[in-house]
Amino acid sequence: MSALEVRDADVYYGRVHALRRLSFDVGEGEIVCLLGNNGAGKSTTMNMLSGLVRPRSGSATWNGMDLTTAKPWNIVADGLIHVPEGRRIFSTMTVHENLLLGGYTVRDKRVVGERLDRVYETMPRLAERRRQQGGTLSGGEQQMVAIGRAIVGGPRLLLLDEPSMGLAPLVVKQVMEIIAAVNAQGTTVLLVEQNARAALKIAHRAYVVETGAVTLSGTAAELARDPRVVEAYLGA
Amino acid sequence: MMQLIWNGLIVGSFYALVALGYSMVYGIIKLLNFAHGDIYMLGAFVGFFTLSAFGISNETSIPLLLVILLLSMVTTGLIGVGIERVAYRPLRRSPRLAVLITAIGVSFTLEYGVRQIFGPNPEAFPVRLESRGVDLLGMRITASQIVLVVIAAGLMLVLAHIVERTREGRAMRAIALDPQAAQLMGVNVNRVISTVFFIGSSLAGAAGVMAGAYYGSIDFLMGFVIGLKAFTAAVIGGIGNLYGAMLGGVLLGMLESFGSAWFGGEWRDVFAFAFLILFLTFKPTGLLGARVVERM
Repeated sequence: MSALEVRDADVYYGRVHALRRLSFDVGEGEIVCLLGNNGAGKSTTMNMLSGLVRPRSGSATWNGMDLTTAKPWNIVADGLIHVPEGRRIFSTMTVHENLLLGGYTVRDKRVVGERLDRVYETMPRLAERRRQQGGTLSGGEQQMVAIGRAIVGGPRLLLLDEPSMGLAPLVVKQVMEIIAAVNAQGTTVLLVEQNARAALKIAHRAYVVETGAVTLSGTAAELARDPRVVEAYLGA
Repeated sequence: MMQLIWNGLIVGSFYALVALGYSMVYGIIKLLNFAHGDIYMLGAFVGFFTLSAFGISNETSIPLLLVILLLSMVTTGLIGVGIERVAYRPLRRSPRLAVLITAIGVSFTLEYGVRQIFGPNPEAFPVRLESRGVDLLGMRITASQIVLVVIAAGLMLVLAHIVERTREGRAMRAIALDPQAAQLMGVNVNRVISTVFFIGSSLAGAAGVMAGAYYGSIDFLMGFVIGLKAFTAAVIGGIGNLYGAMLGGVLLGMLESFGSAWFGGEWRDVFAFAFLILFLTFKPTGLLGARVVERM
């Protein structure tokens, strides 16, 4: 059974038709990747799932929760956590405070403490910089803070929007390793990427999204070999 | 000299309390809430109304003042929340100018609403500060003045603790930096904004009661000038910055105290607003504003 089910979702920004009957599934424990160019509707999809934009028609359900009507804070509290494009670190707050904010919906302080310890353990770079302002970190470190912030929230489904954006290839590799590790510990992942090569290495399945609709889908291995994907997204 | 400092500190703590609300609201939704000074006026009138209803006048009891202070704070806090809900929230996505004009409209509504109920003439505030005091280091200090300053300082400490150390305070600072990212952390942004309006308005209400007791008389326009002064204080300190508002308030109180002693009382407001213009021209970020270090 799928954890996340999106069916025929239509999203409009004014007159712009951003998602056109978009459908896809994410199964429990999977890493699923949405591939596509700028403006294909990937971020809109993410924003729809976290309740920031509402579809005009269609459905999006996650473990029985109707994401098209649920309040954004209830979605987060239920473990669907969205790491937005551009990381959106709170720039004048410290790394530690950024991570604490990730646990905003977690009532039990002890649980927050345990998760913080785990984040600092898996990303020791953040432990070194815990008193530093978020805005002073490098892009890769900021991405780690963004992912760490989500982990403190206790994600069951993690939405990651362009985590590799603007990062050096070596750092992209590190970030992808962190994502794979989070997944290995039981968190389902929906990954949006333009960097198809990096994403397909860790994803189980993928969908290609063009102008707001799915045009291709399959396992990561299948898509990595598909000539249409190779030509459009992997560069021959 | 010491007397001037002491007087400046008292008036400055009123300014600081009002400036805090100004600055917090600006910080979180980037609105210059020009109705904020009128909340201060409402605080004084809530106190006046309650005490009059119990037939109290010309009291000098400090415990009574504290009870009234608390009552006014809760009432003005709720009024502030109501104003945001009715007047500002529907305009959250509107151009800033529309909200600003609405704030001025709210200001008039409060001023002339109170005038309608209590009339245009000044009223004597029923709780006064006793004038007996001690002379210390060339200052004449009364017990109740000390109480005022201690309450003001206490309120500011509590506020600083909330904003710096609690989960709600972190959410407030997060919204000020990036409301959408804060929402992705699971923050109910509207609820936190309401909390900010409650806190800001209750601080202004507290200042109103304290000013009523300190000056002895209140009127429906008393919030107008202090609103502008608090704005000045917030700008001097760096608008949006908590400690800036406190610093700016006390500094402005001192400036006025010394200004009126040296140049005459009629120059007091000129002095204050001249500083506003100077700061807006030469250091619009204020003393503590915008210490942002950013790298992408």
